This record gives sequence, structure tokens and C-alpha cells, in this order.
Amino acid sequence: MDQSKIRNFCIVAHIDHGKSTLADRIIEHTGLLTSREMQAQVLDNMDLERERGITIKAQTVRTVYKAKDGEEYIFNLIDTPGHVDFNYEVSRALAACDGAILVVDAAQGIEAQTLANVYLALDHDLDVFPVINKIDLPSAEPERVMEEIEDVIGIEAHDAPLISAKNGLNIEQVLEAIVEKIPSPKGDKNNPLQALIFDSLYDSYKGVIVFCRIMEGSVKKGTPIKMMATGATADVVEVGYFGAGQFIPCEELTAGTVGYITASIKNVKDTAVGDTITNAQNPCKEPLPGYKKVNSMVYCGMYPADGAKYPDLRDALEKLQLNDAALQYEPETSIALGFGFRCGFLGLLHLEIIQERLEREYNLDLVTTAPGVIYRVYKNNGEMIELTNPSNLPDPTEIDYMEEPIVTAEIMVRSDFIGAIMGLCQERRGRHLGMEYMEETRAVLRYELPLNEIIYDFFDALKSRSKGYASFDYEIKGYEQSELVKLDILINKEEVDALSFIVHKESAYERGRRMCEKLKEEIPRHLFEIPIQAAIGGKVIARETVKAMRKDVLAKCYGGDITRKKKLLEKQKEGKKRMRQVGNVEIPQKAFMSVLKLDEN
Amino acid sequence: MQSFVIEGNYGKEDCKMKNLSLYVHIPFCTAKCHYCDFLSGPKYMQEKEEYIETLCKEIGNRAQELSREEKIVDTIFFGGGTPSVLESEEIKRIMEVIKERFHVLQEAEISLEMNPDSVTKEKLKVYKKIGINRLSIGLQSANNEELKVLGRIHTWEGFLKSWNLIKDEGFTNVNIDLMSGLPGQSLKSYEETLKKVLELDPPHISSYSLIVEEGTKFEQWYGEGKAQGHRLPSEETDRRMYELTKKMLKDKGYERYEISNYSLPGYECKHNEGYWTGKSYLGFGLGASSYFRGQRFQNENDMEKYLTLMEKGKDPALDRYTLSQKEQREEFMFLGLRRMKGVREEEFYERFQISLKEVYGEKLQILEEKALLKYNNKEGSWSLTEFGIDVSNQVFVEFL
Repeated sequence: MDQSKIRNFCIVAHIDHGKSTLADRIIEHTGLLTSREMQAQVLDNMDLERERGITIKAQTVRTVYKAKDGEEYIFNLIDTPGHVDFNYEVSRALAACDGAILVVDAAQGIEAQTLANVYLALDHDLDVFPVINKIDLPSAEPERVMEEIEDVIGIEAHDAPLISAKNGLNIEQVLEAIVEKIPSPKGDKNNPLQALIFDSLYDSYKGVIVFCRIMEGSVKKGTPIKMMATGATADVVEVGYFGAGQFIPCEELTAGTVGYITASIKNVKDTAVGDTITNAQNPCKEPLPGYKKVNSMVYCGMYPADGAKYPDLRDALEKLQLNDAALQYEPETSIALGFGFRCGFLGLLHLEIIQERLEREYNLDLVTTAPGVIYRVYKNNGEMIELTNPSNLPDPTEIDYMEEPIVTAEIMVRSDFIGAIMGLCQERRGRHLGMEYMEETRAVLRYELPLNEIIYDFFDALKSRSKGYASFDYEIKGYEQSELVKLDILINKEEVDALSFIVHKESAYERGRRMCEKLKEEIPRHLFEIPIQAAIGGKVIARETVKAMRKDVLAKCYGGDITRKKKLLEKQKEGKKRMRQVGNVEIPQKAFMSVLKLDEN
Repeated sequence: MQSFVIEGNYGKEDCKMKNLSLYVHIPFCTAKCHYCDFLSGPKYMQEKEEYIETLCKEIGNRAQELSREEKIVDTIFFGGGTPSVLESEEIKRIMEVIKERFHVLQEAEISLEMNPDSVTKEKLKVYKKIGINRLSIGLQSANNEELKVLGRIHTWEGFLKSWNLIKDEGFTNVNIDLMSGLPGQSLKSYEETLKKVLELDPPHISSYSLIVEEGTKFEQWYGEGKAQGHRLPSEETDRRMYELTKKMLKDKGYERYEISNYSLPGYECKHNEGYWTGKSYLGFGLGASSYFRGQRFQNENDMEKYLTLMEKGKDPALDRYTLSQKEQREEFMFLGLRRMKGVREEEFYERFQISLKEVYGEKLQILEEKALLKYNNKEGSWSLTEFGIDVSNQVFVEFL
């Protein structure tokens, strides 16, 4: 295959700026797909993704474009996930490309994610060219946005195609720009095989389908391959290209191409994103750079609402993990919630996606405990524990000190909200690093923030305090020592393990107080009075009381309408079913997420 | 003549013959009360004549389906709405149809609900004549301001006039309905109401604590988080009113025989007792409920549809279902426990051929430990404790 006729690229954009729509248009205009075959958005093929407008798993497609120069070009469009939780996956997808299209909304201009993604692309030495989208909007200001791109990012923008992906306007210009501005791949097909894994997918017939970019060498059916980081080996069964929504087998994949490999691999864990595939008998000298083991950043407990569904939950997690190496889980037992799993996620969005898929696709009713981060607990005996479940915190007397993960965050905000956002970061124990004005009315604030302060409702708070005029991006910086304590919640004098959480010493009192208030609202009245207490190391720091129920009567029963009466009682009973019995108190399932809502109002 | 098929099992255990009760729904009112969510109101008034015609037809149709033995009636209840807004001729007509089609026992209890404003001497005389021997008056409060808030159109003085007429006409079995927990009501004003009412020595008092029902004006005014003009009494006051009711009525010799019903000995409402004890009853008219041959059903509750169904000769009863053995047991418990007598082990066994302990032993024990139920050794019966009465729903759900 003629490498000069191949273009491997991706599209980077802030969420909602039109990345997937542009991808659809490109696929449409390259003519390999009829309109009838087009689903609303070809690339995002999970329902959930479509609903949220977010691409979760990168999809890739190969199309053929007949350019104005009369030549046919192969476009490999590698789609990238659009959320900070999937930063590493994005970086590996970028590494598989030679160039990138930067899509910027003509009305909104550059946002935090735009910057983060562009910098990531530039870090990978990609050639980036901008496209201004949504120029059909009345509020579109393409001139201003072009200037912004040149000023802030420093790439040429004045010849950027002005398009409306939604209406299919000026898509030709984009296609021509791809041919002109994105370099063709390099690499020698006679070198030893060196291929980058940028995604994988589990298929129950074919096993794992590995998405890769061939950097050097070639691969075909029968090639013995080895994953250099995980050490897994296998013999190739099939190689091929990505049609739109289907896999098209071919003879061979050679240097410069993008395609898939199947080799009867049973687990996506063996084909980690970022790993290098080589020929087991004729290996390359060294793996491609940039491989990282993906670590879960956020943990929470997931329990079936109905204890008998525990095996169902286990099976569902197992299936999801086949396709999602970043999802981790291990069994755990809670006194309050029974048997369940401690699950690890890349971030809060990842957590929410998994939770929704479990509930929707696997029809499971879940009780989820408040998410937390991984704390490092250094004990007096020199031992270090990575703590994912607050109830496993050792006795304070055994602890020398603790560390928590810190992120560096960039918040882009309209200047009139700078004060409000600085206030928010201050409350969340942020350390101000600096501020730059991008233009008169917009600035980038840079902060260091503890991860545990942003996993709850930071996005919501940011949105509400900036009236929607702020965007946010972060990356993990590392661990820092911190004054942390475990806040225990006692309901009717009994400690409820599933409600414990780790909190900074200084905000412990306030959090404890609000947690008690929140639980007081959530827990229905019982036949007896229920004290709700927050305690640190056995010392109660806050208390509320759920008063005893004094009246629960349906006095009227008119004209012998027993059925209506029974229905009311049945409704009451249904409500009880959705409760968790802790000691002799029934706690509604959503109360276990109370800690997430402490900052409401 | 068309006929309706009453399906259902003629199960052997049900053969132990009990008499039948009849309920007749009169959905008309002069005004809609602000707290009321029953199928009633002035809006139906224009259909009054057609409705009574239809009602009489329904009574006739149903009766046709019954065996001789099944037609023996020992209680009749005219409820509403306000049955007393009917002209005396109209109520007479309905009564005649019933007597023609059913075998109404000589000693049958025949009740009629009325409002103080619609009582006349003439009507009372007719009631007496056609056999109505129990009256139930919706007084609700003796405080005129509270009555206004409720949307009642009578006053305490108007009620007294009616009361004297009733006494003059020789009605001895009379109930007065009262409500507590009303917007703007104080403990003192409620006590005043109780005092005034007790001075009249009514043999029966029903006392309800206000429930703000969905779809009522009260919901708009006093629903969650709202308070228009007046406030609902605090929980504390509401409970004190309730305690006061119990105490004052007890001191005067009333016995509480059901959660919200008090009577002097011998004046319990037999018709309502039937609902709690699994007795068969047929309901006639808009939205009326029936329990017959082990089946529960309910008439169409849209006036227009009800009339059309009947006109077309169709059965107005919807949602028929036969109670399973399990459901029958559940009902036996949660209805039976509404009575202060509670449920007797022996009765349970007779009815279901299995002991109460075997079915609900564990539940009963837990509820006893929680001091919600008590066991009466002498009677071999289970009943609600004082606390159990206050939170009776919590007890009832345990049997579902």
C-alpha cells in the first residue's frame, strides 16, 4: 500500500463542539456509506453515549476519499474519548495518528478541554489544523474565534474551514485540508513488527479485537505476536480494517496503516491500551514509548439492592470488564449493605457510566456508596497501605501520616466569575498557581486541588457559580501529605460502615454536621427516636434526631372501598422494600449517596 | 330484562350463610367541601333524575343474579355525597326498589348520611316511614369559623336546629362526624367542639384527624410546604386533640370500637363493622364498591360512562378480581385489626382451616415485641395496642 495515500488522524474538540457530527459528515462525504446506513451518529454506537453525547470508547473508521487531485486517499479516522477521565486513552489514540483536526465552536470559542486536547496532540508531535464549526449559529463569531486560536494556541487559523457539520456546510474543504495538511505515515514494512494498541473490544466469537496502528513491519494471519508490556502471546487469526460499523478482514496490515487484529485472546487485560505488539519470533528492539498501566482513581462500593442479586452483579461486572480494562472490582462485605464489590474507575464519569450500564443493560438495582479516592496510609511500622475503602482505615494510633492524590486543574472562566470560582477553589482546599487572561473577558485559572474535593459535585458547583461560563480540565499531579480523618456515621448508636468517609480535618466538623442534616431528611420516621451522629475516632462531633413516628393512620375507609386502602398499604410496603435494614433502622438506598449532596443549596 | 353475570367461586367454606349489606351511593352535594376527595359534588346535580333512574335499574339487575338466600339484607347504608339532598320522593323510590328486589330483614340497620343544612321535618318523617333508623350527620366542627374554612355551608346554630328536629322525630340512633387537625383549629376550640357535642349525648361519634388529600382545594392550600391564611396545627397539637378525644369520650361512657369510631354500648354501626369482618356487600351507584362471592369489584367512577354503560345494558362494575386465599387472609388481618376487638384465633381457623399462628406467628410475635399488638388470653384474640392504633398502617403492612 502506498503510504503517501494514507491519512491517519483524529478530531479533537471540547465536549459539544461537534466532533462526532463532523466525523459523521466525513464518513458520509467519503461515500462509503449511504445515508440510509447512517445511524444518527455512526461513531458513537452505544445508546448511553448517544444520550449523553459523549464518546466513551474510541471507535475508528476507514474510508476512501477521491480528492480534487484525482487520487484516492485512505482516511483512518480515529475517534477519541472526550472526557478527562479517559485522558490516557486519548493520549494513546493520538499517538496512533499523524495529525489532528481541531474543532472549535464558532460561538463559544476555546474551552478548557480544547486546550487540554490540543496540547496533548501537540505533545505527540501531531500536525493540527483548526476547523470552525457551527458558523450557522446566530451567535457565531468566526473571526474572533480564529484570532483566539492564533493567540492562545499559536497555530495558523485564518485559512480554517468555516463549517456547519450539522448542515453539511463546507465539508469538502475539510476533506481537502486533511489531504493537504496531515502528513502521510512513515515506517518500513520490512522492519520487525511494532504496532501500538490504542483500543480493544471483546467479541464473544472472535475474542479480543485489538485496535492498532502499525508503526513498523507487517502482520497477517498466523503471525506469532507478543504484547511487550503484558507479555501475552498469541497467533494472529485475522487482520482487517474498520468499515463503518463493521470489521472488514484483509490479507495483511503494513507499516502506516490502522486496523484490527484478532488472535483468540480471552481478556482485554492482555491487550492493554498503549502496549506494543511485536512479532514474537522477530521482535522489535524496544516498545513504543508512552505505555502506562491504567490506574483507577475513584473507588466506590456497589451493592445489589436485592441481596439475592449478588451473583448477577458479579456476572455483569465480569462482562463489562471484558471490554473495559480500566474497570476494577473486588468483592467486599459491608455490615450495612451485605455482599457487594469495591469498584475502581478512571473518574466520576466513568463510574456513572458503569453504574448506568449495570442498571440499564443488566437490569440491576444498585446501592452505591459515596465515591472516594485512593489514600496512602503510612503506618508507624513502615508499612504503606493504599486505602480504597474508608472502613479499612487502620486504628489512628497505628498511623504515622496519610497522603492524598492532588491534581492540577485548569479552569477557563469568563472574567466576571473569576471571584466566584476562586472562592469555590478556596473552599475545596485549592492552591492557586496562577491566572492568565486569554482575552479581555476570559481567563485561565490554574489550581492544585485534592482529587477528593473534585470527585463529588465540583462540576455542578462550577457550573452553578459561573452560570455555565466555566470549563474545567485536570490531570493527576501526585500524592501529598494531608491531615485526613475518617468520619463515621452512627445511626441509632450503630456505626454504619457504608457511610464512613475520609475528609480533611478542617472540614470534618462542617461535613459531619451537614451529613447528619442530610440523613435526617432522608431517613423516614420510625416507631422510635433515631439519633444520627457524626464521629471522629469515637468522638461525636455532630448530632441530629429523627423524631419518632406518632401517627400513621388511614382513618377514612369509605363505602367499603377496601381495594383503595390496600393499594395505599401496598405502596407503603413497596417503599419499605427499597430500604436497607441497619440494626433496627431502615435506611433508604439513596441515603448512602448523601455525602454527594452536601453542597446543595 | 338484561342480566349481569356475577362470576365468582361458590366455595364451600363461604357457604356458611351470612346476610348481605347494601351500599347506595348518592354523589350529590349542595357544595363541594374543600377537603373532600370523594366522588361527589354539586356538578352532578343536573344528572340527578337520570342517575336515580339508573340506580334503581342497577339494583334490580343485580338482584336478579342472586339466589333467594343471598338476598337477605340486614344493613343498608345511603352514603355520599349528601343523600339528604335528595327529595323525599326520590329516596323513597330507591328504598322501594330495594325492598321489592331484596329481602330486607325487619331488624335491619338502615343508615343515611346527611348534612345539617338539608334536614327538613318533612324529609325526616319520610325517612322514618320508609324504615331508615340510623342517621349520620356531618357536623365536623362546632366552630363556625372552622366550618367556613372547610367549605361547609352550615353553622353550629343551623346544626342545632336540625338536631332538635331529628330528636323530635324520634331518631335515637344517630352519629355525629367530627374532624380534628383542621386549619386554624386550636386545642381549645377543638375541646369546645367536643364539649358542645357531648352535651347532646349522641350515641355514636366518628372522629377523624384531617388528611390533606390529593386533588382537593386543601392540597393547594395546605399541601406540603404551603399554608394559606390558616396553618394546620402542629403535630404536637394534632396528637393532643387526638388524646383529648379519647379521654373525653371515654369519660362519657363511649367505647372506641374501631380506629375512628366511638359509641355508647349497643350503638356500633353494623354496616361499617361488616366491612371489617369480611361480610358480603353490594354497592350501587357511581364508583360504589362491592365484595361478593369472594370477589371485589367497583363500579365505573366517571358519571357519564357509568350512565352510558347502564343505558347500554352493560355491567358498570370494573376491576373484578377474586381474592386468593392469601389475600383473604391478609384482609382478614388488616381489616379485622381496625376493630378494637381485634381478630380471634378461632375465627381465623374456622375461616381458613389453618391456625393463625401457623400463618402469621412470627409477625405477630415481632409486633407484640414492638408493643404494637397485644394478645388477649381470655378471648384468644390479637388486637392493636394504644400505640398500635396510632401507627396502625405500620402494623397492617406487615400482613401484606
